[in-house]
Amino acid sequence: MKVLVPIKRVLDYNLKVRVKPDGSGVDLSNLKMSINPFCEIAVEEAVRMKEGGGGHAKDAATEIVAVSIGPEQAQETIRNALAIGADRGILVKAEGEIEPLAVAKLLKAVIETEKPDLVILGKQAIDDDNNATGQMLAALLDWPQATFASKIVLQGDKASVTREVDGGLQTIDVQLPAIITTDLRLNEPRYASLPNIMKAKKKPIDVKTPADFGVDVSPRLKVIKTAEPPKRQGGAKVKTAAELVGKLKEAGIF
Amino acid sequence: MAVLVVAEHDNNALKDATHKLVTAAAAMSGDVDVLVAGSRAGDAAAAAAKIAGVRKVLHADAASLDKQLAEPMEALIVPLMAQYDAALFPATTTGKNAAPRVAAKLDVMQVSGVIAVQSADTFVRPIYAGNALITVQDEQAKKVLTVQATAFKPAGEGGGAAIESIAAPGGPFKSTFVREELAKSDRPELTAAKRVVSGGRALGSAEEFHRVLDPLADKLGAAVGASRAAVDAGYAPNDYQVGQTGKVVAPELYVAIGISGAIQHLAGMKDSKVIVAINKDEDAPIFQIADIGLVADYKVAVPELMAELTKAGL
Repeated sequence: MKVLVPIKRVLDYNLKVRVKPDGSGVDLSNLKMSINPFCEIAVEEAVRMKEGGGGHAKDAATEIVAVSIGPEQAQETIRNALAIGADRGILVKAEGEIEPLAVAKLLKAVIETEKPDLVILGKQAIDDDNNATGQMLAALLDWPQATFASKIVLQGDKASVTREVDGGLQTIDVQLPAIITTDLRLNEPRYASLPNIMKAKKKPIDVKTPADFGVDVSPRLKVIKTAEPPKRQGGAKVKTAAELVGKLKEAGIF
Repeated sequence: MAVLVVAEHDNNALKDATHKLVTAAAAMSGDVDVLVAGSRAGDAAAAAAKIAGVRKVLHADAASLDKQLAEPMEALIVPLMAQYDAALFPATTTGKNAAPRVAAKLDVMQVSGVIAVQSADTFVRPIYAGNALITVQDEQAKKVLTVQATAFKPAGEGGGAAIESIAAPGGPFKSTFVREELAKSDRPELTAAKRVVSGGRALGSAEEFHRVLDPLADKLGAAVGASRAAVDAGYAPNDYQVGQTGKVVAPELYVAIGISGAIQHLAGMKDSKVIVAINKDEDAPIFQIADIGLVADYKVAVPELMAELTKAGL
C-alpha cells in the first residue's frame, strides 16, 4: 500500500508569534520554523504502517511519499519527514500564504499522478488554524474521510478509524482510498536518529510548481488587517481561599 | 442575501450553539434559515423553529444523517446552496468535519472559526492559537463559515418559523458509522457550561485529577476541563481538552487548577468572564490573565476552597 503524507512548514510550536506594528501580518523573520506537529504525527503513523508498529502489520505501507507545498525552505521540512522514515519527497514550490483550497487542489493533482491508497495528514496547521485541507481534499477527490483520528486499524480494503469527537470517541469505517487526518493522541512521533538524518539527505525530493499542475493558488480571501487580540489584564492575587471566595462574590459569581 | 445555519443537535435536543449561530447569521442578513439534518430529529427541528429571527427550518431526516457524517452532509447541503449565499456551521467537531467538504465542492475557501461578523462579507477570526486576529473580506459568491459559537450571544426564543421537510441524500456512502463511546456525565456540557473547573499537569495522575476536580466541579455545578498537557499525560480524556486544538469555552467562571497557562491553553479560555488560577508557581503565565490568582499548592488550596464554598452556602 502506498501512503501519501502532506506536511506543512510552520512557526515552531514553542515560539510566540508577533503581530507587525503596522497590522500587515505577523512577523516570522528570523524565527525557527518546524514541521507542523499534527503533520509529524501523520508521518509517524505512516512509518509505523511500514515498520509494523502501532498495531499495524509490517509492510502494511510499502512506500511513503511526503509532499509539502511551500517555499524552497520547505525542503528542510520534507527532510525531517524523510528522517522519520518517509521514502521520498515532493515539494510544490509556492511563496506566500497558500489557502487550504489551493493546497487541496495541488494535492489532488499530485494524488492523480501518485495514486496512493491512503493519505494521512494533520487535522490542523498551528499557524492558520483552519482545520480544512484534509476535508477539502477528500471532497475534491470524492473520497471518504476520517478526521481527528486517534486510532487507525487497516483491514484489507478499508480502514477502521477512531475519531476524537466533542462528546468522546466515534469509530467509522472508510473504504480505501481515503483521507485520514490526525489528532494528538494517535501516536507520539519519534526523534529522528542521527544515522537516519544522514540517510534522509540521500533520499530524493522532486521539485514542482503550481503551474506544473495548472492550479491557480491566488488567495480567495482578502486579509484586511492583522491585530493583537485584546489584552486581558491579570488581576490582583489573593492570599487565602476565603479571600478568593470574597472576590467571586464581588464579581457577582455567587 | 439568504443564510443557512447548520444546526448543532444530537437528534433529541437542539444545542445552544445553534441559537448563537443564528445571532451571527442575523448580522449578515435578515433571511436566516436553519437546517436540521439528523435521524428522528423532529424535536430538534421544532426547537429550531422557535428561535427568534428564523425564517424557515429545513428538516432532513434519514438513518444516513444519524451521525451527521461528512459525506452525507456534503451531499445534502451542496445542492441546497443554490438558494443560499452563505452557510454557517458551528466550529464543533461535527461542523468542522463537514464544512470544508461543502466549501471545496462549491469551489469556495471557507472562513474558519469566525468570532465576529463585521458585515455580510467581513469577518474576524483567530490565527496562531488566538495570538493574532485577522479581519478577512470574503467576496466569493458563496460563503462557507465555521463559527465559534461562544463568541456570540444566543438568539432568543419566541419565533414561529415553518418547518419544511426536505429529502435526504440517498447514498451509498464510502464511510459508515460503527460505534461511539460518549462520556456519560451529569455535569453540564463543557462548551455550554456557565462554570468550568480545569486541571493541568500538576495534578499528576488520572486518579488525582478526578479526586480533586470532580467534587469541586459538583459543588460549583461546573463542567470539568483539562489542559492539553493533562490530556497528553493521560489524566483526562481528550474531550476535556480546552485550547487551540481542543474546545473553546467562555463561561462566567473558569477555575484553572495546576495549569501553567501555555499559549495554546489560553486560546481556549481567555474569553471567560472571570478566570481564577490556583498554582504554586507564582511565575506561571496563567496569572498574567487571571482575574483572581491564588499562589498555593492545590493540595492545600482546593480543600480550603471547598470549605469556604460550603461556608458561603454552596
